[in-house]
Amino acid sequence: MDALDVTARIAAVLLAFLILPLLVGQTEHKVMAHMQGRVGPMYAGGFHGWAQLVADGVKFAQKEDIVPAGADRRVFQLAPAVALIPYMLVLVAIPVAPDGGVVHAIDAGIFFVLAVMGVGVLGSLMGGWASANKFSLLGGLRTAAQLMAYELPMLLSAASVAMAAGTLSLPGILGVWEWWWLPWQLIGAVVFFTAGLAELQRPPFDAPVADSEIIFGAYTEYTGLRFALFLLAEYAGIVVLSALTSVLFLGGWHGPFAGSVGWVWTLLKTGVLAFGVIWLRVSYPRLREDQVQRLAWTTLVPLALLQIALTGVVKVVM
Amino acid sequence: MNLAAGHPGFLSPTGVEIVFVLVGLATLGAALVTVTTKRLVHAALWLVAALGGVAVEYLLLTAEFIAWVQVLIYVGSVVVLLLFGLMLTKAPIVPPITRDDPSYAEVRAQATADADSGNRWIALAVALAAAATLVTVVVDAFRSTWIDLDESVAGSAKVTGVALFRHWVLPFEALSVLLLAALVGAIVLSKRRKGGER
Repeated sequence: MDALDVTARIAAVLLAFLILPLLVGQTEHKVMAHMQGRVGPMYAGGFHGWAQLVADGVKFAQKEDIVPAGADRRVFQLAPAVALIPYMLVLVAIPVAPDGGVVHAIDAGIFFVLAVMGVGVLGSLMGGWASANKFSLLGGLRTAAQLMAYELPMLLSAASVAMAAGTLSLPGILGVWEWWWLPWQLIGAVVFFTAGLAELQRPPFDAPVADSEIIFGAYTEYTGLRFALFLLAEYAGIVVLSALTSVLFLGGWHGPFAGSVGWVWTLLKTGVLAFGVIWLRVSYPRLREDQVQRLAWTTLVPLALLQIALTGVVKVVM
Repeated sequence: MNLAAGHPGFLSPTGVEIVFVLVGLATLGAALVTVTTKRLVHAALWLVAALGGVAVEYLLLTAEFIAWVQVLIYVGSVVVLLLFGLMLTKAPIVPPITRDDPSYAEVRAQATADADSGNRWIALAVALAAAATLVTVVVDAFRSTWIDLDESVAGSAKVTGVALFRHWVLPFEALSVLLLAALVGAIVLSKRRKGGER
């Protein structure tokens, strides 16, 4: 691997990181609008408002960057970066195409992606605590409780795939993936995706930012670019979660003509899942805080354990 | 036979060794700030830096699997749990008055005093004793062990798994039972007694 190759790969990650979340954001604008009988942004950029998020970015950059007088300044200012950067690091390990179609193949890839994704939540906690605002603090509390509840089912369902494949490496898992894993790991897939949604605090698990109760949770005091970074982290999270689910459970680049157009399959599956995330936001009511906890501990954890047992049995019998 | 005969030596250190020492110093610094800072939540955040530094050290020693587990369990879960606990307490955020308020210094001093348990010197003694024991044992155990960074896979998931479930399976299971006991104990402790009192 020479310097040019490394530079090209890093550039590819940066490009994907800058473009894909914005794409998801714009899709959310349009899909939500059409599902609610509106048209959504139509003016910015001319064609169906494609430049709306660019315009939003310019708007955010122009806003005043306010730090509340009572806030813990440095922690408050650092929080958006802590929330955003982990998602960029995760992209490095996600395979998009067969035969080296990954920026950097990591031996314990599953652990890497789950560990680094978990770090991102620290950003919300820092923001929630450092704002010196009771709504932010409540949002931070809910964020922490939600992370602790949903980290376990997420790990367990990912462990089931690792057991099935006999490896922790993401390209390795795709290397041995076959179509009948789809029904075999179905429960795990549902648990993983649901737990991932909860970790991203997307509806219906958006109790930590519930606008009707606690304004905007941990992000209440943020303005301008820092607020935009938190929003970007949410969309980057959707991209990462959808890509990971498609790699672990839907076979990533597998599909007809995978040898030449494998990356199209990865992007397509990721896109469909991201659409599902948006669809849920429009169609499903927010879970109450106790319902959020109950779902994790009494439904998802047992289901994930069931999936692990199933994987173990099939693996031994086969 | 001289154990140090096949030893590459410490003169003319390689780049990895220099990075190892630098990261180690940064980790030590972060750990010191963790125990000396006056603000509880800052302590938790510096703990993230210290634990992350340890993870980087694992990576440099080719123990990739352990490194990611360290990040997943300690940074991702333990610190989150710590922060959750701190948010539930009255850990002073910043006193709810601005800096130009005349009583700012007084309130600040009061908050600092509230956060001090008065066990500083005992804690220091315990920490020093624990550090001395660990350093002695580790240095004695790995005195002349050398990892060849170019070909070694000593820390890959596969090697770790084989070692854990072949040679160390009994301690592993004993630890599982210990953790299970702790879990049951925690549930018993947190369960309400009859009659509604806690």
